[in-house]
Amino acid sequence: MTPSTASSVREPRVKAKQRPGDRIFAGSTLTAGTLILAMLAAVAAFLVIQSIPAVTTDPGEIPILAGETFWSYVAPLVFGTLWSAALALLMAIPVSIGIALFISHYAPRRLAQGLGYVIDLLAAVPSVVFGLWGANVLAPAVQPFYSWLTETMGWFPLFAPPASGTGRTILTASIVLAVMVLPIITALSREVFLQTPVLHEEAALALGATKWEMIRTAVLPFGRPGIVSASMLGLGRALGETMAVAMVLSASGGINFALLTSSNPGTIAANIALSFPEAFGTNVNVLIATGLLLFAITLVVNSIARWIIARRKEFSGAN
Amino acid sequence: MNFKRFGAPVALVAAAALALTGCAANEAGGGATDEAATGLSGTLVGGGASSQQAAQEAWVASFQTANPDVTIEYDPAGSGAGRDTFIAGGSNFAGSDRAFKDEEIAGDFASCVADTGIIEIPAYISPIAIIFNLEGVDSLNLDAATVAGIFSGKITTWNDPAIASANPDATLPATPITPVHRADDSGTTENFTDYLHAAAPEAWVDEADGVWPLEGGEAAQGTSGVVDTVTGGTGTIGYADASRAGDLGTVSIKVGDEYVEYSAEAAAAIVDASPFAEGRTDGDLAIELDRTSSEAGVYPIVLVSYLIGCSEYQDTEAGALVKAYFSSIISEDGQAISAEAAGTAPISSDLFDKASAAVESIK
Repeated sequence: MTPSTASSVREPRVKAKQRPGDRIFAGSTLTAGTLILAMLAAVAAFLVIQSIPAVTTDPGEIPILAGETFWSYVAPLVFGTLWSAALALLMAIPVSIGIALFISHYAPRRLAQGLGYVIDLLAAVPSVVFGLWGANVLAPAVQPFYSWLTETMGWFPLFAPPASGTGRTILTASIVLAVMVLPIITALSREVFLQTPVLHEEAALALGATKWEMIRTAVLPFGRPGIVSASMLGLGRALGETMAVAMVLSASGGINFALLTSSNPGTIAANIALSFPEAFGTNVNVLIATGLLLFAITLVVNSIARWIIARRKEFSGAN
Repeated sequence: MNFKRFGAPVALVAAAALALTGCAANEAGGGATDEAATGLSGTLVGGGASSQQAAQEAWVASFQTANPDVTIEYDPAGSGAGRDTFIAGGSNFAGSDRAFKDEEIAGDFASCVADTGIIEIPAYISPIAIIFNLEGVDSLNLDAATVAGIFSGKITTWNDPAIASANPDATLPATPITPVHRADDSGTTENFTDYLHAAAPEAWVDEADGVWPLEGGEAAQGTSGVVDTVTGGTGTIGYADASRAGDLGTVSIKVGDEYVEYSAEAAAAIVDASPFAEGRTDGDLAIELDRTSSEAGVYPIVLVSYLIGCSEYQDTEAGALVKAYFSSIISEDGQAISAEAAGTAPISSDLFDKASAAVESIK
C-alpha cells in the first residue's frame, strides 16, 4: 500500500531518479511486511484445519476427552490460563512501574544504568531455568507460609485449605510468571517515562509540586498508554508461557479460585506441552484446537490493548 | 560489545564444542558386543514408546558401534503413534508400552508379508517404585488397597490405622499425606493404575489409563518432576521408575502374605509368573501381566514395553537388520546395557529362550 500512495504524492514534482538502492530497500521492506502477515495466516490456517476434527468427531471416540465434550475439557484450561496470567500481572505491574520510576527518576545515574542491565539480563533467562527455580527452590520455600495462611486466613476463599504439601500451587506459578514478565514491563515503562517532556516536569515542580506529585501529574499520565501496552506484552508472555508453568504448577483440578491447594486448573500451553508427547490420532487435534483457542484469546487481548491505547492517545500529552 | 576482543575466544569455544560433540556421537554404549564384522548395512527406522528412549539410545549406540554401516533411528513419539506408524508401514519396528490387541493384529501391517503375523517381545521390563518422603521412615509395608486409598485421597494422614497396622515398628507422624502423580500422559501411570485396579478393584474403580484419572492430588511433570516434588515436599508419596528412587523411602508391596521390596529380579519374576496371551502366533510373546499373583518374590508394579516387528518382512534386508538388532537387544549384553542406561530389569533366561526363538523366526 505504502509505495503506491507515496508515488502518487511524488508524481507532480520533478521525477526523482530511481536508484537501485531505493528499489531494493523498498522491495525488501515490502517483503518483510508481507512475510509477517503470511506467517500469521499460515499459523492460523494450520490451527483451524487441524482443529476441525476435534470438534466434528464424536467426543466418545477421542480418548483424551474421557467422555466429556471438547468445551468442558477446555474450560478449566482457559480459566487457568487467564487466572494465572491475571495474578501474575497483578503482582508484576506495580513492581515494574516502581522499578521503572526508580531507574528513570530516583536512582543516581550510574546505579540506574547498572540496574537497567540487570533487568534486561532477567529477560534473557530461559523459561526452563525459571521453571527449575520455581519448582525446586521457590515452591519448597513458600510452602510453610502457605500452610500458615490456610490455617490463619482459611475463611478467605482465595486461601481456602487444604494447603499444598509441596507449594507447587497456582500462586507459585503466578509468582514465577510475574518474575518472567517483570523485565518486559519494566524495560518498556522505563523508556516511556524517560520520554516525558522535561518542560512538563519542570512546570510541575515550578508550581510547587513535590517529586511524587510531579510524577503523578506529569510522568504517569504521559506514560499511561506505554504502561498499558507494556502490560499487554507482558500478558501475552504470561498467557503463552509453557515450560515454566508445566514444571511448577500441579495441575490436577478444575475451575477453582483457591490459590494454595494442590488442585489447580492447568493452563492451555502447559497442557499441550504435557499431553502432546504421548498424543496420537484425534487427541492431537484436540490439543491443537486448544492451541487455536489460546491464539484467539491472545488476539482478543491484544485488540483490547490497542483499543485502550488508541482511546487514551489524545489525553496522554504524547502529541 | 567489542567483537575484536571477544570474537576470537568465542569462535574458539564454538569450534571446540563442535569438535567435542562430533567425538561423542557413537561412544555411549562402551560395552559393545565385539562380534566379527557382520556385513550388515542399511537404515532401520523405528518409533514408539518414549519410555524406551534411554534404552533404545544405548542399544542403538552399541549396535552401530558393532555394525558401523548400519544406521538405526528410533523416534520416541509415544506408544500410540509408534503402533500407528508401524501399521501404516512408516517404520520397520515399533516400541510400545502395550501389545497389539487381537483385533488390531487381524488387520494388515504394511511392511509385513500379508497374513504372516507379527512378533512382540517384552524386552524392556522396568520396575516402578512407590517412593515417599517422611522423616524418620525409610521403608513401609503397604498392600494394594492401602496404596489405592492413599492415592485416591481416602487415607489422608500417615498415622492412619491402615498404614500403622502393617508397620508396627515404624513411628508414623500425623503429617498429612500429599500424593504426587504424573501430570503428563505416561506408560508409568498406565501401569501403576493398572496394578491398582487389578489388585484393589474396590478401592480403585478407574480402569488403567496413561492420564491420571482423578482430580486432586499433586501433579508433576515427568519422572524427574515427580521425584523432585516428592523429595522437596513433606509427607509426600509418588511413583516413578525404580532406577530414579535414589535415597527416598520405598514401599514394599504385599504379595500373597509377604511384603516384597522392588528389585530387578522380583520385577523379572512377575513377567515369568504371568501367562502369555492366548490365541497368538508363536513369535508373539504378548504377556498378560498377573498383577494379583501371589507367588513368592514377585514385584507386581512393573512397566513392560514391547519390541514389535514383522515375522516376515516384504523387504528382506530390513528383516535381516531387525533380526540382528532385536537379538542384540535381548542378549545378556543388550539387557545389561539397558539396565545401566535406564535401570531396567534384565529378562530371565526362560524369557530369553522364548524371545530368541521368536527373533530367530524373523524373515
